[in-house]
Amino acid sequence: MFKQIETAELGKELRMVVVDTIKALMDENKRVIALDADLGSASGWTTLEGTNKERFFNMGIAEANMVGVAAGLSLTNYIPFIHTFGPFATRRVFDQMFISGGYAGNTINVYGSDPGFAAGPNGGTHTTWEDVALMRMVPNSTICDAADEVQMEWIIRTFSQLRGIHYVRGNRKAVHKVYAPGSTFELGKGNLLQEGNDILLVAAGQLVYETLQLTKLLVQEGYSVAVIDMFTIKPLDKELLLAQSKDKKLIITIENHSINGGLGSAVAETLAENGCGIPLQRIGVNERFGQVGTPDFLQAEFGLTTDKIYEQVQPNLANLN
Amino acid sequence: MDEQTVTRLSVLADKVRLDTLKTLKNMGYGHLGGSFSIAELLAVLYGKQMRIRPQEPRWADRDRLVLSKGHAGPGLYAMLANMGYFDKSMLATLNEGGTNLPSHPDRLKTPGVDATTGSLGQGTSVAAGIATGLRLDKKDNYVYLICGDGELNEGQCWEAFQYLAHFKLNNCIVIIDDNKKQLDGLTVDIMNPFDFQKKMEAFGFYTLKVKGDDIRAIDAAIEELKSVKDQAVCLVLDSIKGQGVPYFETLNDNHSVKFNNDEINQAAEETIVALEKSIKEREQVNV
Repeated sequence: MFKQIETAELGKELRMVVVDTIKALMDENKRVIALDADLGSASGWTTLEGTNKERFFNMGIAEANMVGVAAGLSLTNYIPFIHTFGPFATRRVFDQMFISGGYAGNTINVYGSDPGFAAGPNGGTHTTWEDVALMRMVPNSTICDAADEVQMEWIIRTFSQLRGIHYVRGNRKAVHKVYAPGSTFELGKGNLLQEGNDILLVAAGQLVYETLQLTKLLVQEGYSVAVIDMFTIKPLDKELLLAQSKDKKLIITIENHSINGGLGSAVAETLAENGCGIPLQRIGVNERFGQVGTPDFLQAEFGLTTDKIYEQVQPNLANLN
Repeated sequence: MDEQTVTRLSVLADKVRLDTLKTLKNMGYGHLGGSFSIAELLAVLYGKQMRIRPQEPRWADRDRLVLSKGHAGPGLYAMLANMGYFDKSMLATLNEGGTNLPSHPDRLKTPGVDATTGSLGQGTSVAAGIATGLRLDKKDNYVYLICGDGELNEGQCWEAFQYLAHFKLNNCIVIIDDNKKQLDGLTVDIMNPFDFQKKMEAFGFYTLKVKGDDIRAIDAAIEELKSVKDQAVCLVLDSIKGQGVPYFETLNDNHSVKFNNDEINQAAEETIVALEKSIKEREQVNV
């Protein structure tokens, strides 16, 4: 069971949530192993050397090899967690993930950090707005976008108990708190954060916070708004989506990702296949590469702040009235 | 190695050739050249060096073999069938819809296949990962990683090699099948590999080079590599694509052979007859 909290506070840095959770898992289970591609200082993973040095490997700047080695570790019944920046954890190693990982029936747990605008000053080369789209194409993969620290910890813990290809994306830095400590979730089940009758907002990742802020604005204007945190993008919670889309006048997806291939696409496919003729607006990035700037600048530049999202939905709101 | 063992292994190598040829001829095409070039190597590994239980393919304490040059799958399958991992009749199902013998090895389908390969380069890292796991578990098993010379065009191989060398994973025996040819022609013309032995030494490997059909030398080299401490190890196999059958050795395009004309079909038939006769004779002497 999850419990939402109302606060503007930032949580613990997500990278340290990942590190501390893996550290605990390594202590609990001698088969858990961690690999990083020379970003350990940026991800905090070098601190894993402290307690379980023999099960932390700095793989050097060689992501394809890291994925293959993880597959080989899976073949010797280890439970590998790997980290690099989101684009390098997916785009750069797609064939390795697909063949050595998925096709070969191996287990690889992946933390792709700093998705989308979180890449900030690292710029366009380090930006991924296509990681979810790529990972969705690996048959039977699991994909999560962590909304906050509590959810990130739960996701990492849950991945460690499963077999297969599991991908979680998340900022390295702190994001706003959404859930109370101790909240638990269900993989493949969206979290209905608010019920409402007019508009359905479906969000994932750190933009769940912005979506809740947007909700407040819309409610102030008299709309009745339902909100889903669709933290598991694959497998998508079609049941909840279809149930909540019933009788709505507008559905809006919100993601720090391309609107093509990610959450927005998954929602659109489900709605279309089930004959929902409800207007859908997908908020995200469309046909653009990343660029350099502070994360705040980029979030605004790519239309993903609460205010910018609010502006973008105005034409559709006008149609409702 | 005594004469009897040499004979036994040479027979095993030729059985790999015979069954590969029969399988491919039956199918009408297939990766013959790179299967033949590792026949003696496979014979030494499966027939002598490897700790395996064919009746228990996933035995936890087995040595592993990663055929990173996955297109030599037919050669591997012929060996696995001869070792008793599955019935020889299965060989005729190669590449058929629904088969458990796909062109490129699939560990989820075929008994005895330890790693899924075929997307070239990837087996190197997978083998490195298996070696890492075995090392962490303090097991004394070996991983035999067979790479193609053309395959080493792939950058991932060199990522894996630097990893093996850095962590001194000498429980992974890297074997480069230097048969001098890749799909479109000679390796030296397509993407000059220069000297594999020097390259591997420069990467930090203790490296040996032997003739690809010299059973004694292959076996002795593997024994020597197993005695190396604190250093990654590599064997360069100076082999011939199509090795062991002059007709196929000299056939220009022998990567994937097509049995589509009288000349090649006659050569295949004659080879099958000759191999069967020669195997029978040697087995009779060797009882």
